[in-house]
Amino acid sequence: MVVTIPEWAFGYIIPEIIITISAIIGLLVAAFGRKESGGAAASAVALVGSGMALVFTFFLWDVNTSIFNNLYTIDNFGTFFKGLALIVSLLVTLLSFRYVDREGIIKGEYYALLLFGVLGMMVMVSSNHFITIFIGLEVMSISIYVLCGLLSGNRASAEASLKYFLLGAFATAFLLYGMALIYATTGILDIRGIAKYVMSGNFSLTPMFMIGMALIIVGFGFKTASVPFHMWTPDVYQGAPTSITAYMATGIKAAAFGAFLRVFYTAFAPLLMNWSEMLWVIAVATMTLGNITALVQNDVKRMLAYSSIAHAGYILIAFVVGDQGSSASILYYLLAYTFMNIGAFAIVIILGRKGTENTGIESYAGLAGRHPLLALSMTIFLLSLAGIPPLAGFMGKFYVFSAAIKAQYYWLAVIGVLNTVRRGSLLLPESCHGHVF
Amino acid sequence: MNQTFPLLSTLIFFPLAGALLLLLVPRRHALFIKASVLIWTLLEFALSLPLFYRFNEKTAAMQFVELKEWYPEWGISYLLGIDGISMLLIMLTTFITILCILCSWESIKDKIKEYYVSFLLLETAMIGALCALDLVLFYIFWELMLIPMYLLIGVWGGPNRIYAAVKFFLFTMAGSVLMLLAIMALYFHFGGETGVYTFNVFDLYKAEIPVVKQYWLFAAFAFSFAIKVPMFPFHTWLPDAHTEAPTAGSVILAGVLLKMGVYGFIRFAMPLFPAAVVAATPLISWLAIIGIIYGAVMCIMQTDLKRLIAYSSVSHLGYVMLGIFALNMQGFEGGIYQMLNHGVSTGGLFLIVGMIYERRHTRMIADFGGLSKIMPRLAAFFMIVTLSSIALPGTNGFVGEFLILLGTFRSNMLYGVLATTGVILGAVYMLWMFQRVMFGKITKEENTRLTDLTKRETVILCSIVLFVFLMGLYPGPFLKKMDASATGYLKYMQAKTSVYKAAENVPPGRPADVK
Repeated sequence: MVVTIPEWAFGYIIPEIIITISAIIGLLVAAFGRKESGGAAASAVALVGSGMALVFTFFLWDVNTSIFNNLYTIDNFGTFFKGLALIVSLLVTLLSFRYVDREGIIKGEYYALLLFGVLGMMVMVSSNHFITIFIGLEVMSISIYVLCGLLSGNRASAEASLKYFLLGAFATAFLLYGMALIYATTGILDIRGIAKYVMSGNFSLTPMFMIGMALIIVGFGFKTASVPFHMWTPDVYQGAPTSITAYMATGIKAAAFGAFLRVFYTAFAPLLMNWSEMLWVIAVATMTLGNITALVQNDVKRMLAYSSIAHAGYILIAFVVGDQGSSASILYYLLAYTFMNIGAFAIVIILGRKGTENTGIESYAGLAGRHPLLALSMTIFLLSLAGIPPLAGFMGKFYVFSAAIKAQYYWLAVIGVLNTVRRGSLLLPESCHGHVF
Repeated sequence: MNQTFPLLSTLIFFPLAGALLLLLVPRRHALFIKASVLIWTLLEFALSLPLFYRFNEKTAAMQFVELKEWYPEWGISYLLGIDGISMLLIMLTTFITILCILCSWESIKDKIKEYYVSFLLLETAMIGALCALDLVLFYIFWELMLIPMYLLIGVWGGPNRIYAAVKFFLFTMAGSVLMLLAIMALYFHFGGETGVYTFNVFDLYKAEIPVVKQYWLFAAFAFSFAIKVPMFPFHTWLPDAHTEAPTAGSVILAGVLLKMGVYGFIRFAMPLFPAAVVAATPLISWLAIIGIIYGAVMCIMQTDLKRLIAYSSVSHLGYVMLGIFALNMQGFEGGIYQMLNHGVSTGGLFLIVGMIYERRHTRMIADFGGLSKIMPRLAAFFMIVTLSSIALPGTNGFVGEFLILLGTFRSNMLYGVLATTGVILGAVYMLWMFQRVMFGKITKEENTRLTDLTKRETVILCSIVLFVFLMGLYPGPFLKKMDASATGYLKYMQAKTSVYKAAENVPPGRPADVK
């Protein structure tokens, strides 16, 4: 096979190129610059790089094309997720400035890895090929494994890193094995190619194909922290540096859902009937377990971790439905979720001190008296996470449930809303008022 | 009615603007905060007066309508409008809010700014919910009512406040999220049927929904509203919420928030699902009767004044629901009138109990006795409000209860007879309570040192008593305002339900000609 890369194709990946270059510059500056200024420069580079990449991503809106022999695709779906990843990167960089100083994290690596992680996300959501998805996923994951352990001398952080690495590697193996099985049955790695093959006459649903699909669900289920592949989440979220927790809870989840959606809504779309039931169960289990467990947490980071598990469940509701509207509702939900979650984590960071993060819920008692503005913001973030109108979380939930109702998944919707009530019971008394006020 | 000034929007967002401005005031100026909030709510009341005077009582159509595109892709619009029913409830809201601000004057000493901000937010949400004619808009205001009320109970409430606040929140939210699903199901059904996707309630009234689907959707709506009313057996959150809430919280809860449930039935659940109304009328009527009698019996046994009044609310709201579901002119108007009465008289009772509590820091009936000798002025007001709650002729309660019972007798004799027993029980528990608190010997030493009403409190209670007699002796102006709306509403319901009633009565073997 003669591989020809048309030169102009690079125009479509300018955001990725910018991110790569800024990550490398950040590393070099930190390595060769002086200790103080080098770190600051690295953060500046991360900020500027993400900002520039975001601007270029805007220009890609409404561009639809496939490049690099169909390995990579540019469409609004991917561009949206790229934008989201870059927004996450910007926000996390912003909230890292003081945090990184306070905790004494090595800056050059920190910002460079942050950017590499974003690069992985961007690749993942735009790939049209199992191999590129895998590469993106690994670039992202390996950066995060390291980032989780960057709190030097902190046992929880090291534990988080190791745990995430071991389980993550395991899950990646599942994903890879699933892809291999699909390849074994179809001989195709191209996502759209698989869809075409599935629709063609000579496709029959073999057990091998089904197992492949199930294993891919396991792999993505791990990255999106869906039950029963969620075990790592609370420990890792709690142990990791808080800025990285925010990054994981939003960026990784969004990117993983992006790739998950692309694979299932494109390659396996004709088989909706076969996988939607599997996901139905996962969705119900995820939101129920996430919400119930979150109820009894008395550590804010752990609570947010379980709440993020529950959110994955809501997103899966729309996922199960599987039509155009549900895809849009997932995108909206992720967008709203990103802002409210990063907001909540930002407040956790602001209230922390070096070494002790003060994430016990009791340390939030009387926050309104000490920092009225912070308490107000925290209340708004938590209310939004609980899905109370007129906040963004409500609209997200509104779209997700309307997608379910439209497709007549009434029971799924009912279970979903009853879970929302439980969320209310969790977020209000525990944090918003019993303690914040 | 041609008018360009967006009166309803102004009414809705005026308190919100006040709340935002209040956030800028430094918290040490307590008196300034209180005074400005009082003036703000008085202005709001003044703003709402034109609704009453400029209201065209000859038409059943929505008035002061405002329509703006909000989210056209989804058919969500910013649609406001009021008829005779919601107009009176809005007037009640703006009036009761002033009393709430006044009665919190001394009793709230902690986090004053946040307290009044919550109250103003609550007023915005309540008026918004009463004006909204788009289901999504309504839902947003409906849920928005929860947060300030939750905070009022949970932050400024009694010792067991967190439990009560969470219970209140969970009960109401459980109902409302199911309603949200029903709203969506209705939306997609109507859209699928006609191709027009809209949340506009008047378009949705035209939907032809299969009977079984109507049952489900009505059940979801009714569940949400029945919790808010609260109807037996969904009433268990109410005594807790009332007992723990600060006085003003109880007043606004009893005065306005409970009416939201009934209003939801009238505006949404009933006209949208007429077939289900036909089927559910016996069930709801029986639940209402059980609520009337059960609430009254529970009242007799209460030892806590606030709990007693809370259970009396369950009983009174049972009357309201019974009247509304009688679906005739007397019952319907009586039900709405009784909502206003209940706001005034139960609100008044909570105010009086609050005043006693501020002095004595207990609400146990056993701790009182002989108060009328020490606080003669309070005793007089208490007597009048108690009698109004019992529905003595000449007070407002009588008009409402009489109309309801009349309507109920017309629609179903048995219901009427059973409901009337509640009137007797009502007299029993209220008078007994009054006797134990106000008359007899002064048994407790502390009670001899209590002071009588201050000027501020006298003003509050005078305004309550004024309405007790005004609405009792001269109900004409109030009833006249809702006449056209009630007639139009009942005519509409008649037309809608008769189709289904006819279908029910078709002898077997003959095909029903529904449509």
